[in-house]
Amino acid sequence: MKQSKSKLALARLKQYPIWFTLPLGVIFVTLYLIPTVTSFYYATQRWTLFDSTFVGFDNFTQFFKDPFLLGGVVHTFIYAFLTAILKVIIGMFFGVVLMSNIKFRALLRNLVFFPVLVSTIGVGITFQELMKPQVGLLDQALHVFGIPAAGLLGDVNTALYAIIAVDVWKGVGLATVIYLAGMAGIPQEYYEAAKVDGVNAWQNFRHIILPLLRPATNTVIILSLIGGLRSFDLIWSMTGGGPGFASDVLASLVYKKYQAGFYGLSTAGNVVMFLLILALIIPLNRFLTKREVEI
Amino acid sequence: MSTMRKASSWFWGFVALAVAAVIFVVPFAFIFFTASKSTEEAMSLQFTLPQHWQIWDNLMSVFAANQYMIVRAFGNSILLTLFSVTFLVLLAAMTAWVIDRRPGKIAKFANGLVLSGLIIPPAVVPTIFMLQALHIYGTFPSMVLIEIAFGTSFTVMIFKAFISSIPRELDEAAILDGANSLQLFFRIVFPLLKSVIITAVILNSVFVFNDFTNPLYFMSGPGAETVQLSLFNFKSQYLTQFNLLFMDILIITIPMVILFAIFNNRIVAGMTAGAVKG
Repeated sequence: MKQSKSKLALARLKQYPIWFTLPLGVIFVTLYLIPTVTSFYYATQRWTLFDSTFVGFDNFTQFFKDPFLLGGVVHTFIYAFLTAILKVIIGMFFGVVLMSNIKFRALLRNLVFFPVLVSTIGVGITFQELMKPQVGLLDQALHVFGIPAAGLLGDVNTALYAIIAVDVWKGVGLATVIYLAGMAGIPQEYYEAAKVDGVNAWQNFRHIILPLLRPATNTVIILSLIGGLRSFDLIWSMTGGGPGFASDVLASLVYKKYQAGFYGLSTAGNVVMFLLILALIIPLNRFLTKREVEI
Repeated sequence: MSTMRKASSWFWGFVALAVAAVIFVVPFAFIFFTASKSTEEAMSLQFTLPQHWQIWDNLMSVFAANQYMIVRAFGNSILLTLFSVTFLVLLAAMTAWVIDRRPGKIAKFANGLVLSGLIIPPAVVPTIFMLQALHIYGTFPSMVLIEIAFGTSFTVMIFKAFISSIPRELDEAAILDGANSLQLFFRIVFPLLKSVIITAVILNSVFVFNDFTNPLYFMSGPGAETVQLSLFNFKSQYLTQFNLLFMDILIITIPMVILFAIFNNRIVAGMTAGAVKG
């Protein structure tokens, strides 16, 4: 009996041959894993035309000493956290509206979701023109509300936040459908029990919907943070990191330093991004899942 | 009471529709109107209906610009999407099946490594050095391999989640019938994956077709542009011809409109499932 069991186990291993995983495994290891691991080595090098020399942690210290590079790190944080928070709030609001008995639900959901699928570069260029000083529609609209039309993207104080707003515009549809999926998973009995207890709409939201939506909220937070910390396309197409360095983030600095031939510094930027994401996402994920309520 | 509720659901429906139209439709209408205007009229960037429509003329001008760059770019993007998505989906399904079914620590470790790709952004310079060492940097096949490598984590994850819900008894029954691994996978398991295959194909096509960053780093030679790159280059060249610039954006958006019109529920469900599982 025992023998036949181990035979079965062996047969089972043979049934699922390792070579099935090899083609994808080789591609993934060579083009993703090895470059990720070796980035720690390249980040300690400084390049001259054909050669590189070991400079230890110089590239990293430069990242935290140079005000422009440090600014990029700070902007990355602002960008990631603001987009995450806004997507949670607005996505949840849209989700609640779309779960109510409002008319045109399917159409509304499609309108909100569609920008998720559209080319980021196309969206970036479109909003760049909409925000153009004096002539852009958005700029004119702000003027009507008494905000002086100075061009949101040309002002060092507003450029980053203008891009953040467009990022939320483009990405909130995904947050909304994640919330819709979360709400569809809440059993009807919860609402019925609440109705019997005579709770009002706000209490219903605050004490029933909100806690039960925590898994959806956690997903939106983690997803937005991961996306926000590495975001590049939208910033690059709207401001190119400018004006000056006002909207530079880690990913755009990685590109600029790469273009300028500072390969070591560029890779150090990648490593900083990598470490930031790990240091933020893993503890946050652990903390958030602990607070989830079992349904 | 109930008629009042009905009336209020209509009322709020119209309010929400009006707000959504302003926020989500106006930018697209702006793209469409500007793309249909004459060069002089488009210059002012006003949000108005074109005084006279010249969609067809603009479309032809965009096609002909830079020796048919956009047509070439479209060809490049479609080939890139086709090749990378086909191989990625096929190989990821095989990989996910073995990782899910094989007992032991190695499979678990491999799974952990694959999932790491969901959070850690790829490092640019080391990847370029790797491609250079392999003497394939800048080539079309290397771009296909890059898209496969960077799409691995997401695709293996959604396949594995689906495969783990297929009972193992099915595999064992097939083995007793004398099927080998290849037959078992391609005749029995693969057809069962149909719905998740469609989801994986659509989502990866959207990602690859819209990808800007990776072609920018790994395939930016003249003649090798993808549509996203060509749009970005177009922007700096056509600063005075907004009608053509926006026609370019319109052309690039149309495949997504078609895809969404056909598969809208599957795209939404797939993205949500992928997101929640991740």
